[in-house]
Parts: sequence; C-alpha cells; structure tokens
Amino acid sequence: MNGGLLTALIFLPLIGALFILMQSEERAIWNSAFIFSLLPLALSFYVLAEFNPHVAEYQLAEQYDWIPAFGITYHIGIDGISLFLVLLTTILITLSLLYSGGGDIEERPREFCFFMLVLETGLLGALLSVDLFLFYIFWEVMLIPMYFLIGMWGHGRKIYAAIKFVLFTAVGSLLMLVAILYLVYSAHEHFNRTSFDLPLLYQVPLTVTEGRWLFAAFALAFAIKVPMWPVHTWLPDAHTNAPTAGSVILAGVMLKMGTYGFLRFAVPLFPTVAVEAIPLFMALAIIGIIYGALVAMMQPDLKRLIAYSSVSHMGFVMLGIFALNPEGVDGAIYQMLNHGVSTGGLFLLVGMLYMRRHTREISEFGGLWKRVPVYAAVFMVVMLSSIGLPGLNGFVGEFLIMLGAFLRIRLAAVFAVVGVILGALYMLWTYERVMFGPITRAVNETIGDLTGREIAVMAPVIALMLFMGLFPRPLISRIEPSVTAMLARANVAQARLELERQPNRLAALSPARQISNRKPEMAAAAR
Amino acid sequence: MTVEFPALALILLFPALGVLFNLFLGPRYGRGAVNVVGPGVVFVAFGVATWAFLTLLAMPPGGALAVHLWGWIEAGRFHTELGLRLDALSGVMVMIVTGVGALIHLYSVGYMAHDEDFARFFTYMNLFAFSMLILILADNLLMMFVGWEGVGLCSYLLIAFWYTNPQFAYNGRKAFVVNRIGDAGFLLGIFTIVATLGAHDVWTLDFVELRQHAALLGGAAATAAGFLLFIGATGKSAQIPLYVWLPDAMVGPTPVSALIHAATMVTAGVYMIARLGFIYTMAPAALGLVATIGGLTALFAATIALVQPDIKKVLAYSTISQLGYMFLGVGSGAYASGIFHLMTHAFFKGLLFLCAGSVIHALGGEQDMNKMGGLRRKLPITFWTMFIATLAIAAVPPFSGYFSKDLILEAAYDSGHSWLWFLGVITAGLTSFYMFRLIFMTFFGESRVDSEKEHHLHESPAVMAIPLIVLAILATVGGWVNLPGGLLWGNAFVRFLTPAVGAFKPIVEASPTSLSLAASIASALGIALAYLFYLRLPGVPMLLAWRLKDLYNLLLNKYYIDQLYNFIVTRPLFWVSDNVLNRAIDSFVIDGAADGAGLAVRTSGQIARRAETGNVQHYAFVYLLGALGIVAYYLFLVTH
Repeated sequence: MNGGLLTALIFLPLIGALFILMQSEERAIWNSAFIFSLLPLALSFYVLAEFNPHVAEYQLAEQYDWIPAFGITYHIGIDGISLFLVLLTTILITLSLLYSGGGDIEERPREFCFFMLVLETGLLGALLSVDLFLFYIFWEVMLIPMYFLIGMWGHGRKIYAAIKFVLFTAVGSLLMLVAILYLVYSAHEHFNRTSFDLPLLYQVPLTVTEGRWLFAAFALAFAIKVPMWPVHTWLPDAHTNAPTAGSVILAGVMLKMGTYGFLRFAVPLFPTVAVEAIPLFMALAIIGIIYGALVAMMQPDLKRLIAYSSVSHMGFVMLGIFALNPEGVDGAIYQMLNHGVSTGGLFLLVGMLYMRRHTREISEFGGLWKRVPVYAAVFMVVMLSSIGLPGLNGFVGEFLIMLGAFLRIRLAAVFAVVGVILGALYMLWTYERVMFGPITRAVNETIGDLTGREIAVMAPVIALMLFMGLFPRPLISRIEPSVTAMLARANVAQARLELERQPNRLAALSPARQISNRKPEMAAAAR
Repeated sequence: MTVEFPALALILLFPALGVLFNLFLGPRYGRGAVNVVGPGVVFVAFGVATWAFLTLLAMPPGGALAVHLWGWIEAGRFHTELGLRLDALSGVMVMIVTGVGALIHLYSVGYMAHDEDFARFFTYMNLFAFSMLILILADNLLMMFVGWEGVGLCSYLLIAFWYTNPQFAYNGRKAFVVNRIGDAGFLLGIFTIVATLGAHDVWTLDFVELRQHAALLGGAAATAAGFLLFIGATGKSAQIPLYVWLPDAMVGPTPVSALIHAATMVTAGVYMIARLGFIYTMAPAALGLVATIGGLTALFAATIALVQPDIKKVLAYSTISQLGYMFLGVGSGAYASGIFHLMTHAFFKGLLFLCAGSVIHALGGEQDMNKMGGLRRKLPITFWTMFIATLAIAAVPPFSGYFSKDLILEAAYDSGHSWLWFLGVITAGLTSFYMFRLIFMTFFGESRVDSEKEHHLHESPAVMAIPLIVLAILATVGGWVNLPGGLLWGNAFVRFLTPAVGAFKPIVEASPTSLSLAASIASALGIALAYLFYLRLPGVPMLLAWRLKDLYNLLLNKYYIDQLYNFIVTRPLFWVSDNVLNRAIDSFVIDGAADGAGLAVRTSGQIARRAETGNVQHYAFVYLLGALGIVAYYLFLVTH
C-alpha cells in the first residue's frame, strides 16, 4: 500500500514553505528551499517507480470525505496523463530554485522561496485532483503565488502584467466554476446525489445545448491558460515582466494546466461537443502556430520572443489534442513535456544573460559566441530542441502531433509544417543576432561564461532533451493507456455523431446492400 | 538474405566518439590530439565499412547486413525502430562517404592548420559524418529523416563556421531555412505514406516492409508521396526551385564545400529517391517530374557557371548542374545510373573543391580567377590533379565521368525523355566549357596574382597533397567499375546495385554508340571553345560580354533569382509579420480589445500612460461585470 504518497507529494512543498518562513539567514533560506524542492522531486520519482504502466485508471488514489454536505471529497490520483507533468513540475521547481539562488533574486529571498513552494503545491494539487471542487481550489491557489512572483520580483511593468495575468485567468475560471456547478446540479438531478467526483460526472447525460454551453465555458477557461489565439495577449506581458523563475514555471508548467484541462475535463466530459469542435479548435491551433511564430520573429525583446514562440508551440499541443487519435494526443502530451523542458531552458538562458547585462534587447547583443562559448553551445542545443530537430525531444512530439493531425484532417498538417519552417527561421535568426557576427558593444567584451551553478542547472535540461529525443518509449508507453481510455469516450461520441449526421444515407441504402455490408461484421462477431 | 551484423553500429559509433572527444577534450588536449582523432575516427569508420562491404560482396546478390538498435517512437498504431541496414545501395554510399570523408578530413588538417578553432571544426565535421551515416544506414524512412535534418544542421554550423562575419552567418541560416522548406515536404511525404498504408492497417516505415506493401499505396498516394518527398530532395540536393542556398554555402571552409556541398550531403536527395525507387516506379508522374527538374537544373546551373569569376562559385553551380544529371538519371527510372554518377562525382567534384582549396590556400584566401593565372608551374600537384578531375567532369574517356554521364544520358533517351537527353547533351558541352575556362584562367596564361601574394606562393603540404592524389586516381579509374556493353566485366556496378534498386526498363531502344558520340562531340566542342576563348583569343570573352551585355549580366547575376525570392517571399513575410500581425493585430486589435475591454479604444500615443494608470480600473470594472453576470446566470439556472 502506498497510502498518502500523493498527499505527501502535494503538501511537502507547503510544509517547506512554512518552514522557510521561520528562517532568517539568506543562505539557510536558499538551502532549505532547495532541499524542500528535492524532497517532492525524489518522491515524484518514487511515484514513477510505483506507477503501473499497464493501467489506464487512476493509481495511488486516495479518497476521503471533505465537505459531505455538498458531496465534496478529497479525491486524488495519478494516471498516464498527469504522471510526467508531475515530474516536470518537481524538476522545474528544483532547477528554478537552484538557478534563482545564484544571484537572480536578491530581494526578499524568504518570501520568494515561500511563494515558489506554495506554487508547487498548487500545481501538483491541480494535476492530481480527481474531485472537481478540489481541482478548482488548487487551480485558483496557483494564481496567488504567481501573482506575487510577477508583481514583487518582476521587471518593468510588473504590476500591470501581474494584474493582467490574474484577471484573464480569473474571467475564465469564473465561467468554469459556473459550468462545474451546473454540471454538479445536473448530476444531482439525474443520479439524485451531489458529487464533484470526476468519474461520476463523466456519466452525466446532457442535452446537446447544455453540453455545448458547458464545453464552451470549460474551453474558454483552459484556452486562456494555454493560451490559444486570440486570448493569448496576457502571456507576453506576464512572461516579459516576470522574474526568470516565474517565467520558467509559467511557461514550463502553468500553461500546461490549460492543455491538461482540455485532456482531463473539457474533452472527456463533453466528448460529443469536442468531436464537433474539432475543425474550430484545429483552425485556432493552426492560427496560433503560424501567428505566434510570425509575431515572435518581430520581437525585439528575447523574453517576449520566447513568449510568442510559446503561443506557437502550445498551438501544436492543441492541434494534437484535437486530432483526437492516440498518435495526436500522445504527441500532444509529449509536446507539453518538451515545451516545458525547452522553453524552461530558454527562459533560464535568457535569465543568465539578463543577470550579466540587465537587458534582454536582442540588439544589445551580437558576437557573444567569442566571449561565452559554453553558454552559446548550451543555447544552441536548447534552441535545436525548441525547433524540433530529430534526435532531440521536440521532434518526437511535433512529429506525432502532425501525424495525428494528418490522420484527422490532412490540410491541418500542411499548415502545421509551415509552423515548423517558421520556427527554424525565427529561432535561428535570434541566435544569429545574439551569438554570431562581430561584438558590437564594448560591454559584451567582458561578460563571463556559465558558472558552475548555471551548468548544474542546464545539464539536467540538456540530458532530458537527449533522453526524451532518443528514448521516448518509456514515457509514451506509460502515457498511452490513459489516453486510449480517454479517447474511447470520444470515439463513441464520434460514431454516434456520424450515425446522426447520415441517417438518410443509411436509409437510402437498399436492404440488400445493408445486409451485404453487415455480413462480414456479423460473421466476425459470430466467430 | 539478411545477416545480423552488429559491427555496423561501429561505423556510427566512431564518428560519435570523435564528436565527444573534440567537443569536450579537444580544446584541452590541443591541436595534435584533434588532428589525430578528428580524421582518425573517420578512417576507422571507413575500415569497418570496408569490412562490412566485403562481407556483403561475399554474399549472394540481394543480401544485406542489418542490426536492430532499439524501438524508437511508438504511439497509437504508429511505431518505428532505430536500426541499420547495409545493402548494395547503402554499401556503396557508406564506402563513398567514409572513404572520401576520411580523405577530406585528412586534407582539413592542413587546410585548418592556422585556424584557432580547429577543435570546433572537427567536432562539426565528425558530427556531419555521424549524421550522414545515419541518413545512409537507416533502415526506415523516419530514421533517414533524422540523418537528413542532422546533416542540414552540420551544414548550417559549418557554413557559419567563421561566424564573426555576419554575411557568413546569414548564409548558414539561409541554408537551414531553405532546407527546412524541403524538409516540410519530406515530412508530409512520410505522413502520406503512413496514412495511406495505415488505412490498410499496415503501420510501417521500414524500407523492406514498405517495399513489400508498396502496392497498397496505389498510384495516387504514390504520386503524392513521391512528389512531396522530392520537394525534400530539391532542398537538400539544391535543385530548382530550392537550389539558392548552395552557392551561398561556399563561404564555409573549402573542405566543407568539398565534403558536404559537393561529394556527400547534397547527393542525399538522389540516394533517397533511389532508396524509394519502388514508390517512384509506381508514380510515373512524380518520376517524370524528377527527371524534368533534374534536366532543367542541369542546364540552368551550367549557364550560370559560364560567367562566374569566383572559382568556388563556378564549382558550386557545377555541383547543382551535376546533381541535376543525377536526378535526370534516377528520374528516368535508371536508379543505378544516378548512383553511379553520384559516386564518380564524389571523386571528381570532391577533388575539384580540394584543388580549389589548395589554390585559395596558396593565394592566401583569393578566390577571384581574374587574380590568378599561370599557376601550373608553382602548384604542379594541384594543377595535375585538378586537370584530371576536369577531364573526368568533362566526360573525356577513359576518365570516370565519361562512363557515368553516358549511362545517364542513355537512360534519359531510352526512357522516352528525348528532349531531356538533348538538354543533357547541351549541358555536357557547357560543362566542358566552364571547367576548361576555370583551368585556363587559373593555371595557364600570364600570372595576374598580386605581387605580394606571388612571393608566398607555395604548393600545399603533403597532408593536403595526398588526398588530392588518391582522389585523382579514383577520378580516373572510378568509372571502370561499369564498362559499357560487354567490355571485360561489363556493367558490373549496375548489376551489383540492381537487386537493391530494381532494374531499368527502357521504353525506347537507341544505339548507345550514337548517343555517346553526340555527347562526346558536345563535350569536345566545349573544350575547344574554352581553348579558343581563354588561351588563343583572350579578348573574345570580354568582347562577347560587352556585345551581349544584357545576357552576360543576367547570367552573372544568376538570373536575379535571389532578388526575386527576396521580393516575393522574404520581404512580404517580414512586412506582414511586423506591420500587420505584430503591430496592427496583436498590439492594437487583440491586446487593445483586451486592455480596453471594449470600453475604450485608445489612440496609440496614449498607450504607455493609460496602461499604467487607467487599466487596472477597467479591469476591475470588467471583472465585476463578469462576476455579476455569472452570479445572475447561476441564479437563473437554479430557479429555472
């Protein structure tokens, strides 16, 4: 029995956060924060070891009554969809703390570490919740530490960015709350039982109109978080003005809450609507891919550029999800991990540059390779991962997503490969302007190469890129059973839709034809 | 018959080890160690490849060696493995790449002797060898794509090797992005194959299995896949319309031009089509397109090469032109003939570039042929080896190019593309002309070398001269593996390849002798004309350039294709991205709508001030409205 394993995973960071509040010496703060991020990291690897790769359902689940009057339970569990996102979270929090202790955060380190660890609890809780109410609590909890991280340790228009971030998310979440309440209300009508438990809510029969409205509410909340075009404009501001660690977690994990929401809630709760919405969401995803890439290309600020590249990359994830076939969805989940690793890596690298030069303007750089060859080499690998070079992680995700999209709607993949071309264009151009050419500013003559701590931060990132690029099987084989189970709901819905859409065609077939069509199936069934 | 041969993995392993050594330890252990390890690993790979190739030769025709590495991507129904396979086709390719590659690595030791970045150079070169060998030895299409993009990366890194020059960096990026356009086609080709076979519940990209199930593709899907994959080939192998990156790639160190942009990487497209010949054979339209593009590119690039003053630019356009021949060969369905020319071209074009490098090296970086001349006495080894290579490319018997070019032209005619055959013959004449123009301008006549450079003129050291001599021998005898008709061992090379790539089925039967004669006459005319223009009557070219000024400028400026692409693609793309998407739509419309929440349309001058002060209130107001709306809606639901 592993009772309490996931609970421990969720709340260890919170305990660490409280512990840090009692510290006053700066070194002790950073050390204890780092150790308290290592504990959940170790625990998440233990969860990975305990995880049964052949099971589609929730594992290591725990369920206790919480607010029985409303049927709210403390129900948590882990499956293939959330497993590696949990690992991504624990890894990136640890790396971010390791990085931030190296001089990036100089003011109020205690509060900073406190919020980082609270954020980790929020993220892990949201990923592991099976009860919708519990999920919603964690979903909202995530916002508060991120608000403070941007608002207190950010740069530039940090207050504006922080408020914009919270308000965008809050508008979506409020709609989602209404949808959750309505769903629970319908469940009560139907089963005569009040419950926020996800497996039960999957069973609620809804009319077409109800389904559409509820899906819309969920989808909007998650689309803002992803962010999908055209509700993405909070992202560049939040990213640009956030401290490095904030950008890493925001891009690396928090955006995935949106796509995770689609996979966990919006699609399996309303599979019929999701199938109907395929063309719409694929179109929006493609617009995001191409639009994000083209706008990224024109950004003069490195962080803003990466932010828009996230719009493009997350468009790929959405494209894979709405391919609604195992290739596309596996690829989408894989791409969520890839994006976390590669964009997290890019933000860390830009942070390192910012620490040295206190600017992120691309035009301030040029010719850096000569001064910082190790930094340039690491940046090169991370960039190649980001543009999906085969052999590194990004390719596996992009390939499966585009294959899935091609199997669903061929034209979608044709547009998506344009995004692959543009991705290479803007990333290489950026790299060229920063690293190649002569050194144009005297200040760049004296900047130093990576420190030991920075190498320690980037080494795991590079190792993950190589491992995930060469050995995707151990990951995908654990992801897939849960994806297949989730898709089974969508497949049933799709089959029903196709029948409904073409009743005439079925009727128009002559009886003889129908029988001849059925014959092989019946024979197969009889066998 | 396929035999398990784990040592195949060593062919990849050694260059990989070279990469790691040169990257991490090279700077520490210094030039001596790098000079041994960098070329050494490729020589060892060549040794292992030879062992494997001899093993293959000992097997009955149609045999192959294989090793399975590990399962790679498996998702849903799709799965693909990482595995290596050496059959006659990949065997020939591996021998070329490791053999010519090892020689060029050796040459680089001398060429890069004064460059402080030697460790980085050999890191990239070894990485290239590694990627190229993946491309060749891959037993499935997706793994081939891994190598395909990997060599593209190395090409980018090596073109931009002297990165402090912004133009070089730009040319590197141009190569990568143009190749990515091709790669997009390659990917869509893969998807087409997977989806079409998947509809028959066959999920594979393994070459052997693909060949077994190729019939399931049907004509339409085979044509689509063939067309899309060929887009990839036009990028990697620099054919119309994606050839524009290759001439600019010449800014890389010359050994790079020899290895990557002449002998090996750029031929990957030809190899890919030969590898997938069973798909192209089912798709006559796609195959016809390959032949047509090949024939047109051959002629088109040759005309540009006629007037270029830069020695490497001439060779670059010559490479594009010769690659066109190879596509003409495979596009005629004579896959073995394309590979044959690929091989001889690797010898003589690799050699031509190395000789050009030797000249440039001797002249301290000078590439303009107007500032050369009379070099044959000062650089005898370079001159004689380059002269041999020129005889080979000009298809003078018995040098290697004669046999391979003849075979292609014959195939073009026999497959019914008589007009492409005609283009090929014209191109043969142009080829002889521009190559002998190069030889005459560089090595004959009066010296036009700057006087201070004249003093430093020196023949290259042995480490550079030996590869020249070995390649000169290969450029001479390389064609003898496939003699026409029943002469001695006859067409042994084609017979060896046939089990792997399929036999050529002619539609038209023509007399090979008369076809060969036509090409030889064209070739001889080209040589004679070059002799006349550049040795006997040196005033004529200038006169012609003056009288036919428009034509001359058109050729000199490469038909203004770069400018055209810039005008219709690059500039509009950036303009739309910046002004329409970035400024108008993103900043103004979408973000403006969000900021103002539909309450205020702000004028651009006020953005900064208003954003800091007014917006928080707007947001609070909208938030309140939203919350009220939600509560109202919920109340409505409950009471309803």
